Amino acid sequence: MTHMTVTTLEKATQEKAATVEFRSLRREFGTTVALDGLDLTVRPGEFLALLGPSGCGKTTALRMLAGFEHPDSGAVLVDGEDVTHVPAHRRDAGMVFQSYSLFPHLNALDNVAFGLRMRKVRTAERRARAAELLELVGLGDKGERYPHQLSGGQQQRIALARALALRPRVLLLDEPLSALDAKVRLSLREEIRRLQQELGITTLFVTHDQEEALSVADRVAVMRAGRLEQCAEPAELYGRPATAFVAEFVGTMSRIPGELKDGTVEVLGQRLPADGEVPDGPVDVLVRPEAVHVHADERGDARVVATAFLGAVVRVTVRLADGTEAKADLPAHQAAGLGAGAAVGVSLPERPVLVAERIQK
Amino acid sequence: MARRLTLWRWVVLGLAALYFLVPLAASVIFTVDVPGHGVTFDAYSRILSTEGFVSSLLLSLELAVATIAVVLLLMVPAVVALRLGAPRLRPVVEVVCSLPLVVPPIAFVAGIVNVLKWGPEHLSRTPLFQTFTAIQDEDFPVVLVLAYVVMALPFVYRALDAGLRAVDVRTLVEAARSCGAGWPQALLRAVLPNLRGALMNAAFLTLALVLGEFTVAQLLGFRPFAVWIYNIGGSQAQMSVAVSVLSLLVTWALLLALAGAGGGRARTASSRG
Repeated sequence: MTHMTVTTLEKATQEKAATVEFRSLRREFGTTVALDGLDLTVRPGEFLALLGPSGCGKTTALRMLAGFEHPDSGAVLVDGEDVTHVPAHRRDAGMVFQSYSLFPHLNALDNVAFGLRMRKVRTAERRARAAELLELVGLGDKGERYPHQLSGGQQQRIALARALALRPRVLLLDEPLSALDAKVRLSLREEIRRLQQELGITTLFVTHDQEEALSVADRVAVMRAGRLEQCAEPAELYGRPATAFVAEFVGTMSRIPGELKDGTVEVLGQRLPADGEVPDGPVDVLVRPEAVHVHADERGDARVVATAFLGAVVRVTVRLADGTEAKADLPAHQAAGLGAGAAVGVSLPERPVLVAERIQK
Repeated sequence: MARRLTLWRWVVLGLAALYFLVPLAASVIFTVDVPGHGVTFDAYSRILSTEGFVSSLLLSLELAVATIAVVLLLMVPAVVALRLGAPRLRPVVEVVCSLPLVVPPIAFVAGIVNVLKWGPEHLSRTPLFQTFTAIQDEDFPVVLVLAYVVMALPFVYRALDAGLRAVDVRTLVEAARSCGAGWPQALLRAVLPNLRGALMNAAFLTLALVLGEFTVAQLLGFRPFAVWIYNIGGSQAQMSVAVSVLSLLVTWALLLALAGAGGGRARTASSRG
């Protein structure tokens, strides 16, 4: 992998990193509500991932910032300035698209220089700048290649260089990795992250892949049905999800039935402090696989249903006495004796747990 | 297996070649082999000196150029707008653009003749009267261009539609706009260059249509190339066939020239790569 260097020219962007604000954005397409009052602030120089299932409005929000969609109501602000009615080509936002969006009739260098040509930058200057950007994404030697002569990963890197060519105030990434194969996806996302950190440019990254979002972003905004569910740093989002939806969308979550009373919950024969605004009564306790302890126990009333080897850990699926299934991650050596059908005991660590309303099955 | 397939290909190619080349060869032989004189290219040399050859050919070419310009200026923005703004209207436009195929040229021209008669009578006191006179100018009949534009619609629409299917117009426009290009720039610099093939196809078909069109021009009383060939044929059989052969070659040459002009830049572009 080519080492990327950032010149002093590029550093200039760092000083003017922008704040982005979405204010109660609303947008309907016919009968479907794409955005239902979205409020979100992106801090200067931050890498923020918009995460959610398809149809949650994350792409619509991004396209509103780019100027390709217009809200029915609400406003988009960049650095406190209302840009809601500024046309796309004056937005000062570089964008990388999901599908390959390079201009097929231009070679890599001219693709990167396209924006500079639109700004009427002189030929020599824009070629130099474009070459510099290609260098930045590690494709300095591919300037003469046409898009069809480049791999998917290379095309997306050139699209990234093109998006950065005009030194935009914000960088918008619309699922830029989803068309790539797994290995390229992994290396490119690391490169995007490193580049973003070096340039210090405010970046919005739309993805439906929670692992991708958690691994690269400073903060992750989880969206659902046109609204923001939670916006937090990856660790907090994973460890202290604000809602049951976030808990189950981000990472793996098992639901174990319990009884809530006076802020504590009775679950698996333990009494634990409970988080979550749910009325007393029957509830589900939401637990991560790594927080569930499973140990071989002849007299245990839970049974192992299946095991899956994941490398460092083995994911064990157990059926509890009442029939619900829970997933637990065990270090490989602990899981050695636990085949399907083995009797086990299940317990939780003495920590506050997240509870949600019971879902009838 | 593969060998048998190759054999079949040659057989089919041979049959097709016979079908096309035999009449052509017969035409050529008919024009050069004059009974009693042996082989002579007299018929061909007489063409150039015959009154009306150059002027009618030039007229046809001018009409073709004008038609191509008008139909492309009309259709390219239309199909791009259709794709970007109102994809649901596509079937409507498709049907409208196919209508000229359904209406026979003879009915079409009868309608035009009626309008040309009716117009001046009713508009004699308005400036539109001059318009009617102007579009029927013998030297450059605009009315023919208008008629040919309508007749070329089905072919041009289909050629452009096929070209647009191959590119993601929306993404290209959005990519260009996020690079700071306004709407006109985005279309001109990002979309049009990628429709080169489709534009070429549309131009080919229109050129071939205009060069060969007879019915409308004849019935409206103009004399482009096809009408001239027909008129010559009445008086001098041998020369009319010679002209037909020549017109075939001229059309081929023009199509090749167009292809060369279209492919030329693409080739230089890729040789830079």
